[in-house]
Amino acid sequence: MTVDGTTLTQIPPLAGAGAEPIAGKARLLRLPRSPKVVAGLGVLALFGLGALIGGWIAPYSPNATDEAGWVQHVLVTGTGPGTNLAANYYPLPLPPSPAHWLGTTVFAQDVWSQLLASTQATLFVGLLAAAIATALSILVGVSAGYLGGAADEGLSLLANVFLAIPGLPLLIVLADYVPSAGSSILLVALIIAVTAWAYSARVLRAQTLSLRNRDFVEAARVTGEGPVRIILVEVLPNLIPIVAASFLFTTLYAIGAYVAIAFLGLAGSPSSSPPGLWNWGEMLRQGFANNAVRGGWWWWWAPPGICIALLGTGLALLNFGIDEFVNPRLRLAGITARTARKAGVRLRASLGATPVLRRARKTSERAGAG
Amino acid sequence: MSEPVLEVRGLSVDYGYGDDAVHAVVDCDLTLRRGQVLGLAGESGSGKTTTAMAAIRLLRSPGVITAGQVLFHPRLASAQSRARAVDVLEADEEELRSLRWSEISVVLQSALNALHPVISIRAQFDDLLEAHRPSLSPGQRLERAAELLEMVGMSGDRLGCYPHQLSGGMRQRVMIAMALALEPQVMILDEPTTALDVVTQREILEELMGLRDRLGFAALFITHDLSLLVELADEIAVMYAGRLVERAPAASLFRAPRLPYTYGLLHCFPPMHGDRSSMEGIPGSPPNLRELPSGCSFHPRCAWAMPICRQKTPRLRDLNGSGRAVACWLHSGEVAIPAELARADL
Amino acid sequence: MRALLRRLSVYLVAAFVALTFSFLLPRVVPGNPVAGAVARASQSGACNAQCVRAVEEQLGFDVHTSLLSQYVQYWGHLAHGDLGHSWSENAPVLSLILSYVPWTLGLLGVATLMSFLAGTAIGVLLAWRRGSWVEWVMPAATFFQAIPYFFLALVLVLVFGQTGTMLRWFPSLYGYDVYSDTPGLNLPFLFSVIGHAMLPAATVVLASMGGFITAMRNQMVTTMDEDFVLVAAAKGLPTARVVWYAARNALLPVVSNFSIAISLVVAGQILVEIVFNYPGIGFHLYDALGKLDYTLVQGIFVVITLVVLAANLLADVVYVLIDPRVRQAA
Ligand SMILES: Nc1ncnc2c1ncn2[C@@H]1O[C@H](COP(=O)(O)OP(=O)(O)OP(=O)(O)O)[C@@H](O)[C@H]1O
Ligand code: SF4
Ligand SMILES: [Mg+2]
Repeated sequence: MTVDGTTLTQIPPLAGAGAEPIAGKARLLRLPRSPKVVAGLGVLALFGLGALIGGWIAPYSPNATDEAGWVQHVLVTGTGPGTNLAANYYPLPLPPSPAHWLGTTVFAQDVWSQLLASTQATLFVGLLAAAIATALSILVGVSAGYLGGAADEGLSLLANVFLAIPGLPLLIVLADYVPSAGSSILLVALIIAVTAWAYSARVLRAQTLSLRNRDFVEAARVTGEGPVRIILVEVLPNLIPIVAASFLFTTLYAIGAYVAIAFLGLAGSPSSSPPGLWNWGEMLRQGFANNAVRGGWWWWWAPPGICIALLGTGLALLNFGIDEFVNPRLRLAGITARTARKAGVRLRASLGATPVLRRARKTSERAGAG
Repeated sequence: MSEPVLEVRGLSVDYGYGDDAVHAVVDCDLTLRRGQVLGLAGESGSGKTTTAMAAIRLLRSPGVITAGQVLFHPRLASAQSRARAVDVLEADEEELRSLRWSEISVVLQSALNALHPVISIRAQFDDLLEAHRPSLSPGQRLERAAELLEMVGMSGDRLGCYPHQLSGGMRQRVMIAMALALEPQVMILDEPTTALDVVTQREILEELMGLRDRLGFAALFITHDLSLLVELADEIAVMYAGRLVERAPAASLFRAPRLPYTYGLLHCFPPMHGDRSSMEGIPGSPPNLRELPSGCSFHPRCAWAMPICRQKTPRLRDLNGSGRAVACWLHSGEVAIPAELARADL
Repeated sequence: MRALLRRLSVYLVAAFVALTFSFLLPRVVPGNPVAGAVARASQSGACNAQCVRAVEEQLGFDVHTSLLSQYVQYWGHLAHGDLGHSWSENAPVLSLILSYVPWTLGLLGVATLMSFLAGTAIGVLLAWRRGSWVEWVMPAATFFQAIPYFFLALVLVLVFGQTGTMLRWFPSLYGYDVYSDTPGLNLPFLFSVIGHAMLPAATVVLASMGGFITAMRNQMVTTMDEDFVLVAAAKGLPTARVVWYAARNALLPVVSNFSIAISLVVAGQILVEIVFNYPGIGFHLYDALGKLDYTLVQGIFVVITLVVLAANLLADVVYVLIDPRVRQAA
């Protein structure tokens, strides 16, 4: 069967695109060539690997305290011998050393081991929440777009309402009330997903709406196929790039949300009962609560923060790649300032003065007059 | 014949740079004379828009001009001073800005997108007049804008409208009025009526020609509809795969095409008046610029193709004394010209 | 107008949902706060039936009547601006919140406006000078966008904050100098407020600007492909005017997506206030959470939601003002 590949796979104008249809696998395989995508995938692979093998390569348990290597306590100035006050000590974390690559916390726990354990949980919760949210957004968005009418009105209203209610406060109240939210990954992911699905649902609805009236969907309808089958077979495959982009976007959001509520102490602490999971937000919370910034103990609080930023950048880069793939206008085509400079031309505005790059005329191009 | 106002010489345009480049226009020569209409015809993708846009340096990003000259001859200040010609391709941004619209204006195919969707018509006129006629007061600018609208058959109180409140035909009229605002010498009309219905098309074309007679601007009129050009144009140039392939006075070209391609084109649009019986068209489809056939790029579709057509590209040559030129091996004087392509000129 | 009314109805529904949710959550979720409050009250002597009753009253709970009549009562209280009584501060929740709100709105308003203006301008520039060195701003913007607000806040405290260890340029705790300043309309206090707002504001601006830059740049790139921008250049308008023609249109989707931005910035602001102990609504939300002051938590949730909805409505009004097509479809 040779259906016109253009219409089948072309993404409807997300932002006026459509000039360049996506022609099946060939173009999908071209996606990883963009440097942004390569960088993004690299970062993701690094973190994925860390999450997978973290349990094996971690030198210690994240909760184990290094009693032996611990520079026990530091005397608080103005107390102890020579003063009237009884000696008062405060604990001091160890800076990075061969024994503890990233030093220790104030509780003499190994930061590197905590980071590995945290990576696993943070990634897992982020992906799980994003998966739930994406499933939810497909369900609501695609049904609203495809069914239209009252169903559309209702579902769109639902999405818009969830979009308008500020996410983090809702998350805080939910996580605060739902008992033992912190100790159940599923529950945390679910709560995050509830606040994360609405935007994607709106985007998917708009896309479905424009797909609905395409010839091939109409044709399927005329041949009497049921709505569920049409959605699954005709509509969904065409939404894949957009679903992928929104999955990345949602993962980014979910990780941010998880870290934020953990930072607020709402996602369960490893030391509470039942114990919660180690995660980047929890590490930052402990550091912040124990004056790690004021103490100058950067090795404690900086690594989790940098991890979040790196992972976030990786996801965003990948997202850019997909954006450029969906909307070819975002790709840089033609002459860049660099190539123009090489050719000896000054290229100023990007519009309104087509560059003139005279090329030595080859004689073969001017045909003889016979 | 009147003097040239815009001369395109040896213009070549690429999309992209280096090995990826597509040669969209190759070695194109055109002469637009004062007060005349030059028609530019050809199938979709033959490079008409590219040629016109490159001539005023408005081609978008991957577009690069790789060779040629585009000479604009300013109005004669006095009889003896043959004003210096300006080479558009050598002009800097400031020179381009002063040339644009006050000397050469453009009307694009779809006025829906050519007018800013959320700025009122009045403000769009205002911006234009303010940039080029700084001496006008706001009141005078408004007056001028209303006058221009009336010139294209619209009432001046439409000025307060936004494009979405106007019909397609009205938008195109507004664009034409805007194009006339600075009384340019040259107007580039890139398929100005293709997005409109036939009746509106007619009305606007007639109006345009009336204005041309009154104001005396020269027009480069781009279309793929040859029969339309016959009624409007003084001279017609035909493009194929980025090359100019035939050039002739409008009536001659229509009655007596010399090129197999032109012959085919004339038979794929029903003429507006008269004989509708012969609609053969051209077999096959326009070539991909990345894989142009060797020699004459038309040869795979040409009914009269000869062995030499496959090997060497024919050059545009003047046909003796007739004021026309053609790029085809049939007219090299070495073979007998088929009867269809050898009709008498008039 | 129709478009606005439609949006307004969405916000009304959203407000209704949020308020109902805030009513239901403590009542349907096990572990009801009354028990906690009674336990607290019992610490300072036994809590008899009367005392329990008082506690319930204070919390707006009346477990002895049906959920429905409690619900009706809840709306009645809301209508009178009664959000309950905070036990930790021993004051009406509403008046407490009203004293927090100016800090938050002031900081958030100024920071968001600056971030929006600067981000949009940079986005326009990035699109216009595409392919030149400015392209490198994009990865940087992405990086800042990916950093959580509170982490950026910690870094700024470390580098610039007086509680940090490096430059110690700006105060990094509280909204003003709580030891030496008397709040009021006096110059030292004003300077103190501005000084204390520097780092929190810088955090919000830096962390939120990336989003505006990316959004505007992508819209600009798409818009610049439109004919009307080409025609503006063909008209020989000054470059600034041509850029404006494109930016004017690219702005529309950015403004219409403002609600998402607002939501994210508000979330960020809450965290920033916590890091800086900034006396706004976000810090007190955190504080109330720690003290298990549910009435206050709830009140703050309700107020934040209403403020965000109002901001959304404002953005919609702005949208209607800048898009004649929507204005006239009314
Ligand atoms: N941005 C671009 N990148 C690469 N190739 C392009 C680009 N724009 C146009 N082309 C190619 O250049 C050739 C000439 O295009 P042009 O728009 O000038 O044709 P045209 O004669 O105006 O056609 P139409 O009648 O459809 O308007 C076409 O083959 C087209 O595929
Ligand atoms: S040169 Fe040959 S192929 Fe080309 S048009 Fe003439 S006859 Fe046909
Ligand atoms: Mg064209």
